[in-house]
Amino acid sequence: MQKLSILCFLVFLSLPLAAQKKPAPKPKAPAASAGASKSIAAGKQIYSQYCLSCHQADGGGVQNMNPPLIKTSYVLGDKTRLTKVLLNGLQDVDIDGEPYNNVMPSHDFLTDQQIADVLTFVRNSFGNKATAVSAAEVKAVRAANKK
Amino acid sequence: MKKNLTRYLLLPAALVGSLSLYALTTPPTLVADANNAGLKLPTGFSALVVAETGARPRHLTITPQGNIYVKLNRVNKSGQGILMLQPTSGGKAEVKTGFGNYGGTGMYYKDGYLYASSDQEVFRYKLNDKGEVTNPSQPEKIVTGLINRRQHESKSIVLDNAGNVYVNVGAYSNSCQQRDRQKGSLGQPNCPILDSAGGVWQFKANQMNQTYGNGKRYVTGLRNVVGLDWNQQDNQLFVMQHGRDQLHDIFPDLYDAKQSAQLPAECMYAVKPGDNAGWPYMYYDQVQQKKILAPEYGGDGKKEADTKFIDPAAAFPGHMAPNGLLFYTGNMFPERYKNGAFIAFHGSWNRAPEPQAGYFVVFQPFKNGKPDGKWEVFADNFAGAPEKVASGRADHRPCGLAQAPDGSLYVTDDAKGTIYRIFYNKK
Ligand code: HEC
Repeated sequence: MQKLSILCFLVFLSLPLAAQKKPAPKPKAPAASAGASKSIAAGKQIYSQYCLSCHQADGGGVQNMNPPLIKTSYVLGDKTRLTKVLLNGLQDVDIDGEPYNNVMPSHDFLTDQQIADVLTFVRNSFGNKATAVSAAEVKAVRAANKK
Repeated sequence: MKKNLTRYLLLPAALVGSLSLYALTTPPTLVADANNAGLKLPTGFSALVVAETGARPRHLTITPQGNIYVKLNRVNKSGQGILMLQPTSGGKAEVKTGFGNYGGTGMYYKDGYLYASSDQEVFRYKLNDKGEVTNPSQPEKIVTGLINRRQHESKSIVLDNAGNVYVNVGAYSNSCQQRDRQKGSLGQPNCPILDSAGGVWQFKANQMNQTYGNGKRYVTGLRNVVGLDWNQQDNQLFVMQHGRDQLHDIFPDLYDAKQSAQLPAECMYAVKPGDNAGWPYMYYDQVQQKKILAPEYGGDGKKEADTKFIDPAAAFPGHMAPNGLLFYTGNMFPERYKNGAFIAFHGSWNRAPEPQAGYFVVFQPFKNGKPDGKWEVFADNFAGAPEKVASGRADHRPCGLAQAPDGSLYVTDDAKGTIYRIFYNKK
């Protein structure tokens, strides 16, 4: 919980910075909390192993087939909806108005921590900036998802 | 006096007549673009950009009068899914009209008719003696109700010389797993997808509203075919299959990422009615040169598949996505190209994390209706730079091929919407 609040605080701090037109001397990259950067590093591994072949190294996806993971309403939006994409997969749904013809397979075989890590990585890569996803959040979504 | 007048009137008329005849019979001069429009070509060949469509052109066809019909993947801003272009000067053309309120891939000209497909239907339009569609808003719907579940949706088409149309119905799956593309998920026994997809169906070209029941499953066990053509020498259908994806993602213990990038081959098949090319039960390994049992059905990368499945006529590296096939019957190119096959490779995505490949037009030499010798890259650099090939962020992606009446070769690009024309400079 503490890690999470530190990260939120950092994101909060970086917001006005990003909004500024010309940040005078380039500030040092905001050092993410140890926990978040650990999660991002672990998430990068998961991404390379399970996501990269479809969404590509740069997160840009493949025209007509696999959507980009760059600033989409899914990636930056509601964490429950995002987590469900990984747990259940996704098919026949337009992403921000664009159709994609491939299928997103379910990744429910990943642990809560692995899903948290890969989503935290995605939400903080490819030009995205959004709060971390915790294993506890994934656990709650998974429990409600079961029914 | 009256007689004289008629004579005066006739003379200019005759002149105009012979001039227009001259214009019809003299092929227009083709003027190459600076740097051949960015393409890399064999010596003696040049290229120009015919037109920028601002859309996503898939297949195209050219009438004997030189009108160019282009099928768009999705309708443009005016709601048109087919564009008609007419020649201007130097080999270029401009859009004259558009029609057809559906996206799709298939576009084929045969004997005074234009054939077009959406992702579930096939239409045809009668052309007049100027090669123009007479009734653009009321085509004849010859095939309807084909399955479309987004994945492998293109209903590519070609006609034979006996009044039949051949339609690809791609499998809505990667390898018929119980859970599509899911790590470790096994294949469905007796793959049910093959009943209505995963093959090429044959229909009559002149009958309306045919459905599966009226057609014939001409060949089965083809995962997805986008490029196909009728070989006039063999009087036989040839198809290019898009091979399966993700051997490593799904079976990481059996295949490493490198093997998964390379395998399986993208295969060219020469098919006969009733043939089975083996999807999803097998794939062709171009390194071992063997038909290998799919891991979803008990394979381990080495066990061979049932010998009843047909062998490919030619095999190309994995995942390059052959989207266009054209047997060259023209007289403009040097003799060695005659009756050989041009193949437009759309370019890969499923080779990551290894570098991507493709984004070029290949030539496969043929002799007596059979592939003869190794394939070669014919037109390259659609991507714009080698790094753009490796990353898969290509500027242009070749898709459809067509031969013009003068023997030059047209190539569509469905990323930026460019239409290219490649020609040979006689020495
Ligand atoms: C087999 C290819 C494939 C793999 C592997 C895959 N995805 Fe997807 N993904 C897709 C497709 C296709 C869609 C869109 C489905 C649709 O539009 O109905 C999608 C949609 C998404 C979306 C929501 C839409 C968007 O673009 O924001 C997210 C987020 C996502 N994937 C993340 C991941 C992550 C993280 C992984 C790895 C754990 C992953 N995907 C693995 C193909 C894949």
